[in-house]
Formats: sequence, structure tokens, C-alpha cells
Amino acid sequence: MEYNQQDFKSSMEIKWCPGCGDYAVYAAVQRALPVVAKELNYTKERFAFVSGIGCSSRFPYYVNCYGFHGIHGRASAISTGVKVANPHLSVWQITGDGDALAIGGNHFIHAIRRNIDINILLFNNQIYGLTKGQYSPTSKLGMITKTSPYGTVEHPFNPGELIIGARGTFFARSLDVEIKLSTEIMVEAAKHDGTSVMEMLVNCVIFNDKAHGYISDRENREDRTIVLHHGQPMIFGKNRDRGLVLDKDNMKLKVVELGKNGITENDILVHNAENQDTGIHMMLAGMKMPEMPVALGIIRKVNDKTYDDNVRDQLEEVKAKAKVHCVDDLLNSGATWEVE
Amino acid sequence: MDITKRIEIDDVVIRFSGDSGDGMQLTGTLFADTAALLGDGVSTFPDYPAEIRAPQGTVSGVSGFQVHIGSGIICTPGDYCDVLIAMNPAALRANAKWAKKGATIIVDADEFNEKTVQRAGFATLNPFEELGLQDNNIIMAPITSLTKESLKDSGLDNKAIVRSKNMFALGICYFIYDHPFEFTFKYFKNKFKKKPELIEPNKKVLVDGYNYAANTHAHANTYKVISKKKDKGTYRSISGNQATAWGLIAAAEKANLPLFCGSYPITPATNILEELAIHKNLNVKTLQVEDEIAGICTAIGAAFAGNFAVTTTSGPGLSLKSEALGLAVMTELPLVVVDVQRGGPSTGLPTKTEQSDLSQALYGRNGECPVVVIAASSPSDCFHYAFQSGKIAMEHMTPVILLTDGFIANGSEPWKIPSMKDYPAISPPIVPEGDADYKPYKRDALRLARRWALPETKGLEHRIGGLEKDFISGEASHDPVNHQKMVDIRAAKVALVQDFIPNQEIIGETGGDLLVVGWGGTFGHLFSAVDYLQKEGKKISLAHFNYINPLPKNTDEIFKNFKTIIVCELNLGQFADYLRTKFYNVRFEQYNKVQGLPFTVIELKEKFEQLLK
Repeated sequence: MEYNQQDFKSSMEIKWCPGCGDYAVYAAVQRALPVVAKELNYTKERFAFVSGIGCSSRFPYYVNCYGFHGIHGRASAISTGVKVANPHLSVWQITGDGDALAIGGNHFIHAIRRNIDINILLFNNQIYGLTKGQYSPTSKLGMITKTSPYGTVEHPFNPGELIIGARGTFFARSLDVEIKLSTEIMVEAAKHDGTSVMEMLVNCVIFNDKAHGYISDRENREDRTIVLHHGQPMIFGKNRDRGLVLDKDNMKLKVVELGKNGITENDILVHNAENQDTGIHMMLAGMKMPEMPVALGIIRKVNDKTYDDNVRDQLEEVKAKAKVHCVDDLLNSGATWEVE
Repeated sequence: MDITKRIEIDDVVIRFSGDSGDGMQLTGTLFADTAALLGDGVSTFPDYPAEIRAPQGTVSGVSGFQVHIGSGIICTPGDYCDVLIAMNPAALRANAKWAKKGATIIVDADEFNEKTVQRAGFATLNPFEELGLQDNNIIMAPITSLTKESLKDSGLDNKAIVRSKNMFALGICYFIYDHPFEFTFKYFKNKFKKKPELIEPNKKVLVDGYNYAANTHAHANTYKVISKKKDKGTYRSISGNQATAWGLIAAAEKANLPLFCGSYPITPATNILEELAIHKNLNVKTLQVEDEIAGICTAIGAAFAGNFAVTTTSGPGLSLKSEALGLAVMTELPLVVVDVQRGGPSTGLPTKTEQSDLSQALYGRNGECPVVVIAASSPSDCFHYAFQSGKIAMEHMTPVILLTDGFIANGSEPWKIPSMKDYPAISPPIVPEGDADYKPYKRDALRLARRWALPETKGLEHRIGGLEKDFISGEASHDPVNHQKMVDIRAAKVALVQDFIPNQEIIGETGGDLLVVGWGGTFGHLFSAVDYLQKEGKKISLAHFNYINPLPKNTDEIFKNFKTIIVCELNLGQFADYLRTKFYNVRFEQYNKVQGLPFTVIELKEKFEQLLK
């Protein structure tokens, strides 16, 4: 179906703070939806946006399709219900680092484990914004916030490691400012059958400004991130002169410079997003600055049967074999007796 | 009054007890089903431990199953038993308190020795004397050794042979109560379809048990319950949880929508989920999700997407679902939450019955958060009230909490099978495509229900959620006056359900000396006690409630013409307190019991007789 960006904008006034990274993700979604609708031949009424609680979770109000603004942490469970109830829908879950990884951690990992066909946009700004500045499960160790005036004393989650650890079938990462990359990822996520998690590294201009400044900084972005493409060598840098190899002595990824020590493009690892084995994907998702570039793009995309398909197939299979076809049959099944 | 004599003629209560691995639940069920086939009134009550297999031979591992059969209306499993079958000393020790004075005690003599008697915690080597049973009719049947003898040529191994000793005990009971074998034989044939080598041995042991009793004159008399004519029709036996599951399926069928159940296993509600999972062929989707919260949240998502959504739980699970129930109230989506009540608080008494979740069901949420509360009152009427819960949820666009309890959920009784053509249609207010007028929170005048616009319907795209809604558009609104209006209208919508439920019935005269008020699963016991006293000419009536919120329209009327009103419930007085908030000028006496057990008819009669003096 042919749509333009305006078709997916609701009339609601957007209430994020000026300069919030969520605007950029919103822009990417507005660009992605018409493409998804066209490529998958979806009509607008097939899209449903479901969210939990947090700044990003206001998102469904701003998209002109079916929307459900849930309660804190439960977006994954609600979207699971929506998708199983009507597998025909394209379900998009909007969640944040608090919503998905703290209060909703349980539902989040189980949605991924089941591989239910929903697209999850995980807005990670490493802070609680809506409650005005407390640390989140992704806040860096030692970060000073309102509830950690002397610095946090707990290690953060790396969402990618969590998702791949739960054998997620699709994991991608983008930066708020990389609208084009975000759009591409969203289209691929929509096409992927199964749980697609897109970690969106977003800035919180008020409570955690420059949360991802080290990598989003325009000057150094290309040197500090690597955009992965399936089938392409893992090369990055402003001058495309650095790449990733596997250091076989330590079984770790290592940055090398092309042209130095006889290294050529042939020595560089080629990204295989479709590898069922989670090992290398885990390493890529876990790369941390400043030693390693932060991986962006689609890190993992593997095929597996989806939960909603399995539910539907089992239903059809059981129906085909059943001798009981209606409630009257059911009530009269098994041992019964007549009173004359 | 001499109950024992009366009961011996009209009805009999048998309690089967043994180790939780001894197959007592099955033995009791087979006895009950045969009685039901003969046309007797039947009520059963399993009494099992929380542990699946506690240490053998200890009191904590004893599992019991009580069966009450009779010619008249049998609506309780009986207070105390006429016959107690105890497969070992521990079972005897745990169950002796349930034996009537003079009851027949049948024990497996092979299991009574110094070691087992000590293991069961007896202080002496004469357990019968210790329990004060020495004057009872005690039948010391060598059940284990006779079962071994009976099957010595069967080719089965020792373990399998010993396992069928429960059938020997059942055979003894079949002799005493003159039960035919056919139904049980048919059961074996079905049950052991895949292990046909077990069919004949089980039949043989059952018959040998029967013959043993006949030959040894184990019992001075045999009894036969002469069945009274029942309503013509087809009958079956049904338990409360099964009936609940079927009632929900029936509501989905009448609404022509798929049934969606998101749930998490919890005693004693689990077998509703299990039962629903079997019937996928009837367009039932069951999701065993990661926790109670996911159970209700997947259901809410499914309701938004247009399925008839339910979630099933017990007390602690209802606590976990509270926040999400608020979301369902705010989004005004149809949802049925089944709470099979058990003993609380906290983990409490998971396998025992109680009615102590009433206040939680009525009030246990943040904000002004009314839901419809309905309670079923017998195993078979769980079907009707589950159906009604679905009808009200879908037609009034509201969450409904259906309260049952461990007693009626696990108990079973014969049920005249209804025909779905006699059940009303269910017409949820689904918005058709192309309705230009659609506003998410516009309501109909009759029910104040908003309409249900299902995702994938062209032109009805809308957003709803947990934030307060604008009165018409449903968009998020923080307007103070709008909030008041919305709080009022949500309350009014639930109150209006009153126009769609039947008036409260009174069993007996509409005025008199004593009105007994009950609700939910205590019906059988209250009815039996009231019925007995009515037959003695006492001016006593019963008002037993199924619709709790809202209450039936005529509720205040029925309280007017009685000298005394007593509210009986298995908690500290939650329904009585609720009634006091509604009818502040009525005086309500209370009778409460919180032991994890049902009332006994005897204790109720005593209490009522006191008040009638």
C-alpha cells in the first residue's frame, strides 16, 4: 500500500523535551512505516503500537494507527497478547531501558525466548527521564544521579548481550542521530519473522545529556562506531582504514589497521548476521569504547519458527483432528447417562 | 434428633484415605460416578495435601476423598462419614476425626504393624483404642496380601500388583452399597487403552474385593440408596474447574469470538488452564506465560485485539494482577478474571478452601476502580456463572472477577447437561467498518458501555491506555472536571449491570424469624442446614448471593421482613461488612469460619437453632 509520512502522524501534540533523542527515532519510524507498508503490502490499520511507561512510551499517541499505552514494564506481555489474538497485525512495541530491563525484564526476556513476531524499539538513554533523573539498569557504573548521589555501585546491562543470551533472533542497534540507519533497521525488523529488538541509543537532553556523546559526536562517530552489514567485511573509521579480526590467542575481537603489519581486507572478519551460533554476535554486541568501536546495524538476524505461527499451526492441527466441534459436543463428550 | 439413622436410609458418606500415591482420588471418583449413573444425588470433595508425595506412611502424606451419595438433593459432600477406608495407620490417624460415631472403619490389615503404627505417630500399638474407635465396626481386611494373591498369576510385577490394591478396597465398598461393576469395567477399558494388560487384573481385583466382602460377611448389612426420580435428560459428572473452563468456552462460542486465556499455574486454579488447553479445537488459545502479571497483561492485549480474553488464578495471583486490572478498568475492555479462592494470606493454605478474597476482589486496586464481581456456588453452576461473567464483560465492556473456591473447584456433582440453544446470545458492541461516528469513549445509554473497535478495522485507528481518558475522544486528559466525570461514569457503568441481572431469590418464606445470608461456594452447606430446619417447621429462609457487585436490585427489600439476619461466610465477615456499607440500617449477625475447611451442616444447624430459640 502507498502511504506517506504524514499518514502515520496523529494529531496529538508531541510532548518530549526540545532536543530529546526520541524525536529522531520518531522521524525514523515515520519514514520506515510507508516503506514497510509498501514492501509487505500492509494497510495502515494493520499496524498496532504498544508501549509501557516512560518518556518513549508516549510514542503510540503520536502514531496514527492502533495504539495501546500500557503500564510500567508490561509492554512485552501486552504486545504478546495483541499478536497472538490477531497474528495478522504488525505489532510494534515501544519501551525504554527502565521499562524493558528493570520492571519489565521478565516479560522482555520471555517474549524474546518465545520468538513472538513483534518489533521492539528499545529506547536506551541510560536514565529514568519521566521520573526526573534516577539511574537505570543501563546507567554506567559510578554514574551520579538523584538516587545515586555518590555514584551507582551496580553494573549495567548491555541489552544486546541480554537479548542474544536469550537466543533472540534479531538484534540491531542504532543511534538517535543516525536516522537513515535507524530507518533501514526498522524496515528489516518488520520483515523479520520473530522478535526483532532494536536498541536505540538516545540522548536525554535534560537528565543525561550526551549519554552517548562519546560515540555520537559528529567529529569522531565513524572512528568510534562500526556499522555492520551482513556479508560485508567489518571495516570502519573515517578513512575506512580499520577493521576487526579475531585474536585467536585470546578468542577476542581485536581492532587492526589496514595496510599495517601486512593486514589487508582479506584478513578482516566478514559479518554473518545469519549465523545461528551466538558466540560472535555476543562479542560484537559486547564491544565497548574506548578500546573497541560500538557496533551499530543488524548484529543478529536468524530464522526460526515464531511463537504466533506455532500457536496458529497447533490450533489448525488440533481442529483438523477433533471430534468435538462445538460446545454442545463438548458437554456431551465422555461419560454421560440418561435419566428417563 | 438422630441424624445417623436418617442418613443410613437416605444417603451415605464414604471417605477414602491413604498415602497420596495410593490412588484414593481415583477410587473415590469411581465410586461416585457409579452412584451418579444409578441416579443417586452425588457430591464429592477431595482433601489432598500440598505435597505431591510426602513421605510414605506419614500423616502429612495422607490424601482423602469424600463421597456423599443419596436419594434426595445432595449438595454437600457430607460433614462426617459413615464409612472410612484407611489404607494405613497414618490415614486412620488423619481421618478418624471425620468418622461419625459408630462409623464403619475399613483398614488394610497388612499395613498395620509396629513399624507403621509408630511411623504414623501413634503413642501406643493400639491405634483404634487411642483414637477412641474401639466400639466401631472395624473391618481388618488383609487388602495388600489378598491383592497379591489375586494377581499372583497375572504376570504383573510386584509394584504394579500392589498399586491395584485400591481396587480391592473399592470392591469391598461395591459389595456394601450394592454397586454394579459395568461402569468401572468400562473405565478400565478406556483408561488402559495403551496398556491393555492392566485391564483384566484391575477387573479381577475389584471383583475379588467384592467377593471377599460377601464371603466374610464383612459388614452386617448392605445398603442400597433408592434413587428418587430426577428430571429427565442427559447427565454427566462435572467438577467446578471443568465447569468454569467450559462456561468460558461457551461464552466465546456465543459471542463468536476466539477465547484467549493468559495464565500461570497456581493451586487450586491450574486445572482451568489445563482444561482450556485441551480444547484448542474450539478456537481456544491458551498461553502459559512467565508470571501472573503476564497472564492478565497478555489477556488485556488480546482483549484490545478483539478476543474474548480471560485469566485464571487464585488469591496470591489476584494480588499480582491488581495493577493490570486497573488498566482494564481504565481502557474499558472486556476481561474475565477467575479467582479460585484458597486459604490466605500469602501462600497460606494452597490446597484448602476459603472465601477471604472478597474484599480484594471488590476493592484491591489503586484509584476508584470498580469491577463486576460474581461468585459461583456449586461445582456445576460454575458453568453458568462463567458464561454470565463473559456475557457481562463483553456486553458491558468491563472486567469481571469470577470468584469460585477450592471446595467447589475440586468438588464434583452430577449435572443435567444444558443445551446451548437455551443460552442467550452474547452481543459485544463491536464497531463495524466505515462507522464515521466512532469515538473511542462514546457510550450507549442503556449500559454506558463504550464500543469495541478492533485493530485491523479500516478507519477506526485509535489510541487507548492507562492515562485518564477524555470523556468522548478517549485521548489522554488531565482535565480535573473530566476526571471526575470519568470516575463517576465508570462507577455508574458497573452499577447499571444491576438492570441486567436477576432479582435475588429467597429459598423459603420471604419473611420470618431468621434469614440466612451466604454467597459463593457455601451454598450446599447453608441450603442443607436451612432445608432441614424448614422441614422441622422453623421460620428460616436462605438468601444466597451470586451477584456481589452490583447486588441484585431487590436486595434491600429482602432484608426487611426478618427478625434476625445472619451472614455466614468462610472469612472474618467480608460480605457482612460489604452489606453494612450498603444497608447501614440493617443489623447483620455473623457466623464465620476460617479453618481452610467448608462449613459443616451440623455446626450451621446448631448456630441457627440457637438464634431461633
